[in-house]
Amino acid sequence: MSMVSSTPTQRERSHRIRVWRDRIFYALFFLAVVVGIAGLAALLIDVLIDGLPFLDWKFMSSYASRRPLESGILAPMAGTIWVVGLTALFTIPIGVGTAIYLEEFAVKNRLARLIELNISNLAGVPSVIYGLLGLAVFVQFLFNGSRNLTAGALTMTLLILPIVIIASQEAIKAVPSSYRDAAYAMGATRWQVVKTVVMPQAIPGMMSGIILALSRAIGESAPILIISSLVWVTFIPTSPDSKFTVLPLQIFTWVSQPQQDFRSIAAAGIIVLLAILLTMNAAAIWIRSKYQVRAEQ
Amino acid sequence: MTSTPDANFTSPQDSRESDLVKQEILQRVARRRRRQYREQTIVTWLLRATAAISVATTLGIVFILVQQSAGFFTEVNVFEFVFGTEWTPLFKPQKFGALPLVGGTLLVAVIAGLVSLTFGLGAAIFLSEYAPEGARKVLKPILEILAGIPTVVYGYFALTFITPILQSIFGADRVIIFNALSAGIVMGLMIMPMVSTLSEDAMVAVPRSLRDAAYALGATRFEVATKVVIPAALSGIVASFILALSRAIGETMIVKIAAGATPNLTLNPLESIQAMTAYIVQVSLGETPQGSIEYRTIFAVGLLLFVMTLAMNILGRWVIARFRQVYE
Repeated sequence: MSMVSSTPTQRERSHRIRVWRDRIFYALFFLAVVVGIAGLAALLIDVLIDGLPFLDWKFMSSYASRRPLESGILAPMAGTIWVVGLTALFTIPIGVGTAIYLEEFAVKNRLARLIELNISNLAGVPSVIYGLLGLAVFVQFLFNGSRNLTAGALTMTLLILPIVIIASQEAIKAVPSSYRDAAYAMGATRWQVVKTVVMPQAIPGMMSGIILALSRAIGESAPILIISSLVWVTFIPTSPDSKFTVLPLQIFTWVSQPQQDFRSIAAAGIIVLLAILLTMNAAAIWIRSKYQVRAEQ
Repeated sequence: MTSTPDANFTSPQDSRESDLVKQEILQRVARRRRRQYREQTIVTWLLRATAAISVATTLGIVFILVQQSAGFFTEVNVFEFVFGTEWTPLFKPQKFGALPLVGGTLLVAVIAGLVSLTFGLGAAIFLSEYAPEGARKVLKPILEILAGIPTVVYGYFALTFITPILQSIFGADRVIIFNALSAGIVMGLMIMPMVSTLSEDAMVAVPRSLRDAAYALGATRFEVATKVVIPAALSGIVASFILALSRAIGETMIVKIAAGATPNLTLNPLESIQAMTAYIVQVSLGETPQGSIEYRTIFAVGLLLFVMTLAMNILGRWVIARFRQVYE
């Protein structure tokens, strides 16, 4: 019983040490947060300093060139818009459909659990593996070796599908079950309940999840790098079977050049990419908050 | 419908008429019901088909990786592939020992793991145990921005910001421009919010009463955090770390841009290495003819990568399920 035998001064000292230890670790834990935020700040400032001087209208409206100062991001911007558009077209029906099936239609049995487990496993598969899948299935099998936009968008669809499904499931789960019960009590079929009661309530939540998933697709480069494998593109894709490049892929190409000027325009490209992602994330947050306010009223 | 008489006041004649009307209505209702159920059957099958796509994706991944690697493994011994220490598939004499790629991947992942565990766990403790609610609401979303930044941007940051700093610390002659340390540090920054968010979730789930009991005994916040909260939330913390490591192993662009293209079995983080993902991308960018053994190597490496990340993801989920403390 050391506590009993210790003198008041000893206890006082041990207390002071413990208090100081608490304060020091307070500072250290806070420092951990600061390091994360400082890393983010350093990254953003680094990119802005390198890239801002090169960011002008000519940069936005020119094709890539061997001369860095004449290069621009017209082709990858067009490619990114195409890929995102097609990906949205494929992902939304499949992702939302799967979520509706799992939440509203499937009997909660072993099969449904297996599908959910499968989806969460897919979310952990490295993106480069999706690139290999797309290369073998879409490029070589489906399109006979053509490295086109549709192959890229289909690959991206499979990549972001787990995110869309999980976000849509959350949105459906958030609809109070009393709404469903009321509709069932009036004799509605399952599909009617989904169509007229669940979906209108769940759509804002789904939309914010879908926008976030699409922003992930915009920033992703590894699978597109494997599918497209084009580095200098000087044309705007005109149809879903065009060849293409995307913004992160163009940035990667420029970063990989040893000349400083290429790295600088890579930074300018990064600013554009981050601005797009920021806008999309803000839109997703805005939709979510607007919807939450309505739900509370 | 205007001819439908009120049920309470009917003459015999009216009642016969109303029976006919009732029948007519019932038939219509039945027809509409049948149509609704037909529609529902079709929709159910369509929805089942969409759900099947995610299952087909998994099967597709496994099938493609195994099928394409099968051709590779008829020419290269599996044992040589997994344990061989020389990787020179793109020039003669060809050697197919994947250990340098695995070693490079793990070297970067371990550095990233150390960085993300140190700062991610520290941040999680701060946010969950120390920070006032207002600060937490501001700091947490800022940290999570890190997880949303494209990996190609991190690659740029590693190459143009971290590497020059490392060169000025350790000397430009000792630090190769493309090195494992720079990629690892930046990757640690990338996965830090994953560790901090998942760990914090686990720590927040520890009931208030446990903390209160410790505080009542005179414990400081540090003692509550390290002796009560962390032990109680350990499964979630360990799982967050495993999942973040799995993410680091599968990451491509940072290692491709910043860590180099030299298959190199080394423990020195200042050297240039090649990660598995970076190799896959390197071959995809080159002019490797489809069906050649060089082309097949990317699927063999992909299969190895898939197995490693899948094992870690399963392990992470198992840790959560097995060791989770359930509180009332």
